[in-house]
Amino acid sequence: MQSTVLDRLTDVLREVFDNDAIVATPQLRASMVDGWDSLANVRLFLEVERAFCVRFSASEISSLQNVGELADLINTKLRRSSS
Amino acid sequence: MVPLANLPWLVAPPADFRQQARELRSAASACSRELARRLAGYRLDNNQLHSLGKVLPQMAAGEPDRVRLGVLANGTVDHLLPALTVSALRHGLWLDCVSTAFDQVAPEALNPQSTINRAQCHFVLLCLDYRALPLHVTPGDAQGARQTVETALQYLETLKQGIKSASGATIVFQTIPQIPDGSFGSLERSVPGTLQWLIEHINTELRARLDGSSDLLLDTAALAERVGLSNWHDLVQWAIGKFSIAHALVPLYADWVGRLLGAARGKARKCLVLDLDNTLWGGVIGDAGLGGIVLGNGSPAGEAFLSIQQAALALRNRGILLAVSSKNDDAVAREVFRSHPEMLLREQHLAVFQANWQDKASNLKAIASTLNIGLDSLVLLDDNAAERAQVRDALPMVAVPELPDDPALFAETLLAAGYFEATRFTAEDQQRAGQYQANAARAKLLESSTDLSAYLRSLSMQAVCGPFDRIGRSRITQLINKTNQFNLTTRRYTETEVEAFERSPDAFTLQMRLIDRFGDNGVIAIVICVKEGTEWVIDTWLMSCRVLNRGVEQATLNYIVSHAKLVGIRALIGRYSRTERNGMVAEHYPRLGFSPVAATGAQSEWRLEVATYVPAAVPIEIVESASEQERPAEAPVYLAHARGGA
Repeated sequence: MQSTVLDRLTDVLREVFDNDAIVATPQLRASMVDGWDSLANVRLFLEVERAFCVRFSASEISSLQNVGELADLINTKLRRSSS
Repeated sequence: MVPLANLPWLVAPPADFRQQARELRSAASACSRELARRLAGYRLDNNQLHSLGKVLPQMAAGEPDRVRLGVLANGTVDHLLPALTVSALRHGLWLDCVSTAFDQVAPEALNPQSTINRAQCHFVLLCLDYRALPLHVTPGDAQGARQTVETALQYLETLKQGIKSASGATIVFQTIPQIPDGSFGSLERSVPGTLQWLIEHINTELRARLDGSSDLLLDTAALAERVGLSNWHDLVQWAIGKFSIAHALVPLYADWVGRLLGAARGKARKCLVLDLDNTLWGGVIGDAGLGGIVLGNGSPAGEAFLSIQQAALALRNRGILLAVSSKNDDAVAREVFRSHPEMLLREQHLAVFQANWQDKASNLKAIASTLNIGLDSLVLLDDNAAERAQVRDALPMVAVPELPDDPALFAETLLAAGYFEATRFTAEDQQRAGQYQANAARAKLLESSTDLSAYLRSLSMQAVCGPFDRIGRSRITQLINKTNQFNLTTRRYTETEVEAFERSPDAFTLQMRLIDRFGDNGVIAIVICVKEGTEWVIDTWLMSCRVLNRGVEQATLNYIVSHAKLVGIRALIGRYSRTERNGMVAEHYPRLGFSPVAATGAQSEWRLEVATYVPAAVPIEIVESASEQERPAEAPVYLAHARGGA
């Protein structure tokens, strides 16, 4: 179900960056989006937490390289919480 | 139920909010500033505050209520600024925020050439938590503990002197939110020198020192307590982003800052306008009578309404004016204040008393004019969602809190909204309400310029009409027996008699249900016509007062006449029997175009020719209900009387 997580991440990204042109793809990373600085990064993670009802640790956040890895991590957490 | 952190007294934004905020960027005019004010008034989340907050600063040119706020903080502040900007506008101020590099509190305050000091701010907010203060935790060392408290307050005083000597700004101090857990458990705040003990004593001392000062106090410790320390703090967010306040609490915190700055600039509200039925007591006084309304100790509902009156009285005691605006007969409404033993509010507590059948927006204008205050000084407390929407639409500057369904929560919601924030409490405040004592004036209604017809159209009203049926029978019987005001003949029928009307071929019955964009109002009108020759005598016509001034009376008559025509009826006969309670419908029939036939003291009779009746235009769509019962088969009149066409 990675495509569904990516769809929902697209919505979150659009809300956080106020930009309806953004599309969440596995390769998408901070350097590719206007305004995605360190503060925006924190805001994004907090909104992702709220949208998916998951929690990230500080080390998890700093380890992720792109949106694909974020989607994978979300899927892992969702599977864990439903098992 | 909407949690406090989501500002439940505000209305949710429209689905195209981001679109509307974006459109503000292109135009910068008085019109778009009005739109900006309206958008800021919604219940916005962090993303929405961010989107709107970025646009506002460039729109503020030339605004008189423009304020520069410097923010000094030991945590991350950049995400707070858009939220502060929007929240300040919600409370009437256009904010320019000045922030600094991260965690530069002392250097910025003490250096006359710093960013903050050169900006010459009107206000400087010291957004500090316990980590920003030089605290030495020395459990058990009472003298050391007192010294630590004094040192911390000295530190704050030094910051203040640095800022004031450079710019004269008003300082906004914050009390220190408590930390969730100490090492002691129950002893934590009793043992001098623990961190919690230090925070508690610093806060007490800070509040005392700011008493009478021209600087301001934002009681963040009280706010953190209100929402719960578990919600206020988020250690992970501190770790990853140095967020001193949990992200989810930013909208509420920003609103607290907004209302305090607004109050400092004279924008706090001055008058609470109260609706009556189902706001100050349970039920409708006009129908239920003094003995029928719900108020007082002894029932949960009665106590809920008492709590609302208690909150209103408490506000009055600190200088907020109270007024009444209600759709009611003036004498009937005043009687409750004069005679009901459970009422806490009496006429003498009210500066203005508006009970009439006009729309609320017109009454609010009259109240503001009588008290010589602006409409932007009013708050309206009203349980009815349609009334609230009408006022918000017509008078956006009046604060109308959204209320939950349960009246037990009205007082809490009203107080949580912080409309009456104060920065000082003087003897004059204590006496203000008394200046209007024994006045309870009825203000002259101004010429209504609000577009009522446009509002009525926007309600998208639908009247579902049909004959009496089994399903509606008990509700119909209830309405017939309890409606007193809008009731032309006040004939009471038992359920058995109502059932007989269902089956009678000589009776035309109507139950009308009104649906609008706020939902289903239920059955609100009942009509029984009885055939006498070629005429229908209107035996019963009653309506709920809630739906007055919406065109329901005209829609009802349109419906009756259209059915009368179908069966060859030539005229409607309306009768009015005056009672103590139904004075409001004395002119009902002439208003609808009936001609007088006869009148004695308490009775009058009226006539309407079906053939010449022109249906009135009404903003209500009539829908025939799919009743499980057909109307009883009637022989059309022309067959029975062989008189030719109807």
